[in-house]
Amino acid sequence: MAVPKEKLSWMYETMYRIRRFEERLLEETAKGNAMGVAHTSDGEEAGPTGICAHLTDTDWISSTHRGHGHCIAKGLDTKGMMAEIFGRATGLCKGKGGSMHIADFSKGMLGANAIVGAGIPLAVGAAFTAKYKQTGGVAVAFFGDGATNQGVFHESVNLASVFKLPVIFACENNHYAQSTSVEYAVPVKDIADRATSYAIPGVVVDGMDALAVYEAAGEAIARARAGEGPTLLEMKTYRYHGHFHADIPHTYRHQEEEDIWRAKDPIPHFEKTVGEQGLMEDAEFKAIRDAIETEIEEAVQFAIDSPMPDPSELYTDVYVNYSNPLQGLR
Amino acid sequence: MTTASRNPLGPGTEVPGREERYRDAFQRTLRDELNRDENVYIIGEDVAGGPGREDQGIIDSWGGPFAATKGLIQDFGARRIVDTPISEAGFLGAAIGSALTGLRPVVDLMYFDFIGVAFDQIVSNASKSRYMFGGQTKIPLTMFARSGGGTGHAAQHSSNFYSILAHLPGIKVVVPSDPYSVRGLLAAAIRDDDPVMVCNHKKLINLTGFVPDEEYTIELGKGRLTRVGTDVTLVGMSWTTEVCNNAADRLKEEGISAEVVDLLSLSPLDEEIFLNSVAKTNKVVIVDEDSPRASMASEVAAVIAEKAFDSLDAPIKRVTGPHTPVPYSRDLENLFLPDEEDVIATTKKLLGA
Ligand SMILES: Cc1ncc(C[n+]2csc(CCOP(=O)(O)OP(=O)(O)O)c2C)c(N)n1
Ligand SMILES: [Mg+2]
Repeated sequence: MAVPKEKLSWMYETMYRIRRFEERLLEETAKGNAMGVAHTSDGEEAGPTGICAHLTDTDWISSTHRGHGHCIAKGLDTKGMMAEIFGRATGLCKGKGGSMHIADFSKGMLGANAIVGAGIPLAVGAAFTAKYKQTGGVAVAFFGDGATNQGVFHESVNLASVFKLPVIFACENNHYAQSTSVEYAVPVKDIADRATSYAIPGVVVDGMDALAVYEAAGEAIARARAGEGPTLLEMKTYRYHGHFHADIPHTYRHQEEEDIWRAKDPIPHFEKTVGEQGLMEDAEFKAIRDAIETEIEEAVQFAIDSPMPDPSELYTDVYVNYSNPLQGLR
Repeated sequence: MTTASRNPLGPGTEVPGREERYRDAFQRTLRDELNRDENVYIIGEDVAGGPGREDQGIIDSWGGPFAATKGLIQDFGARRIVDTPISEAGFLGAAIGSALTGLRPVVDLMYFDFIGVAFDQIVSNASKSRYMFGGQTKIPLTMFARSGGGTGHAAQHSSNFYSILAHLPGIKVVVPSDPYSVRGLLAAAIRDDDPVMVCNHKKLINLTGFVPDEEYTIELGKGRLTRVGTDVTLVGMSWTTEVCNNAADRLKEEGISAEVVDLLSLSPLDEEIFLNSVAKTNKVVIVDEDSPRASMASEVAAVIAEKAFDSLDAPIKRVTGPHTPVPYSRDLENLFLPDEEDVIATTKKLLGA
C-alpha cells in the first residue's frame, strides 16, 4: 500500500510525540508533579499510529488505562492531556478524570477507561450510531491482551458481528496483563484466533511496525466502511516500562526479553524503512523530533503553570439536570 | 504495649501483643487460615504474580496490589494461591461454585469498583442460592477488595458503595478500621459459612496499630467503642472510624466528650451499640465516606430515628461524601472526603459549642 508522504511524516511525528510524552510524564511523576497512577505505552506507539492514520474526527475510538498513545494518535492536544494528568483546571476533563480517564469528544475520543474491558462495548455503540445515522464513520476499540479474557469482550465482538457493525477490535498484545503473561492467561496461540468464534476476520500484525499496522488497519477499516462488519486486529507489541510508573517488571519478565523487543523499536525501525526507500530525509526526521521536544516541554510547563480546579467543580457535571444536588452532608 | 487511647480492646485492657501494619496483620491472618483449613484457597488476578513461570525461577512477583498476598505462593503453592486471567465474573462465579461444593474460597477482587464486573454473581448466586434452594446448601465465600478514595486513583478505582452490598439479604459485609480489627474480622469471615465481603480501605493498609498475640476472631455483626464519651456519639466505619477517633481526641482538648462507635460490620449491623450510645449522649454524628443517598449513614440514621427518637436532643447529623463520583485532582479529592475538620465543625454546630 503506497503511503502518502504527509501520512508518513504524520506517523513519525505521532510516534515520537507519544514516546516523548510518556518519557517526560514518567519523569514528572517521579518528581511528584503528576498526580495519580501513570500507565505508559512507550514501545507500543506503532499500533495506535498505524490505525489512527486512517481516521478522522468523525470516527471514534475507545481506550484503556494505558491510553495516552491512543489519545495522541487521535489528535488530542498534549497540553490538555498533560494538564489533565497534573490534575489542573485546564486539563481536557478539567482535572476530574486524570491519566486513566482522558477524553475529547470533539476529536472522536470516547474516553480512556480504567475498568479492563469496559471500553470495548462503547466502541461497538459508537459503530452502532454510525450505522444508524449512516455517517460512514467507523469505531475502534483499543484494548489489551488481558482484556480479551473478560466476558464483555466476547459479548461485544459477537454483538458487532451479528449486527455487522463498522468497528475494529484493536488488541494491543503487549504480552502481559500486570504481571500475568499472555501464555498463562490465553490458551489460543494468537488472540486473533478468537475471531473464529464470531465469524469475523482475525488478523495478526507486527505491532512494532507502523507501516504494517497501517496496511492491515487500512483493509479492516475499508471493510468496515463498506458495511462488511468488524475485524479483530491483533498487534504484537511490548510495553517498555512496568505496568504503571512504580512497577518493577523484572520481577516477572527477563531483561533479555525486554532487549529483544527494544531492538525492534518502532521509531528507528520506521526511520530505517522510510529512509531506505528515500521517502523521508534524516533532516526531516530531526526537524520533527526537535519540534516535538519543544511541544512536550511546553505541555509540561503549561501543566505546571495551570491553576487547580475551583472547588465548586467537585459538584458539577454529575448530571445534565438534577433537582437535588446533595453537596455532601457536613 | 500500647497506650490506652490506641488500645483496640478498649481502655483498661492490657494484653501481650505487637505493633503491626494493617497489611501485615491481614496477611498473617490469611496464612493462619490457610494453615488451619486445607479447604481454604485464595483466588484472583496476580495474587501471586508472574504465574506459569516457575521453571524460569519466577514464583512470586506481585502478590496482589499493596502486596496483600505476597509470599503466600512460596508456602502454599499454586494449588492454593491461584492466579486468574482477568475474568471477574468467571472466577467469582467459579469460587461460588466451589463454595457450594465444599471449598472455602477467598477471592481477591482487587479494587472495590471491580465488584461491578462480577456483580451478577453476587446478587443472583452468592446472595440467593441458600434461600432459593431451601437451605440445602451454604456458601462459605470470602471476598476482599481495596476501597475508598484518597490515593489519586480517580473515579473508577475509589468507590465505597458498600451500602449496595449491605442491602443484599444473604451477603455479609465487614469494614475493619485498624490492624486489630482486620485480623479478627478476616478470620471470622473465612470461618463463617455465609458469603462475606471484607472492605479494606486503601488509607488503612499502611497504618500501624496494636495487635494482640493471642488468636482471636471478632464476631460478625458486632461493633465496638473506640472512645468512651458523654456529650455526643460519633459513628464511624472503615477509614471514617480513624477520622472520628482523631476528631474525638481533638474535641476532648476543647472539653467536648465524644464517644466513638466503630461499626466494624455493616451487615449484620450492631444496632444495639449505637442505640445504647445515643441513649447516653442524646446526639449523634454519622460519618460515612460514601455518597449520602441510600447510604450506610442513612441506614444508621433511620434505625436511630425509629428506635431512639425519644433520646435525641438534636437532629441526627450525617457527614458524608457528596453525591458525586470521586474526582481525580488532589484538592477536589480531599474536598470529597469527609475529614476531621468536617466532623469537628458538624459536632460543634450540633452542640451549639
Ligand atoms: C475489571 C478490572 N479488573 C482488573 C483491573 C486491574 N488491572 C488494571 S490493568 C490490568 C491488566 C490489563 O492487561 P491488558 O488488558 O493486557 O492491558 P495492558 O495493561 O497490558 O495494556 C489489570 C488486571 C481493572 N482495572 N479492571
Ligand atoms: Mg497487556
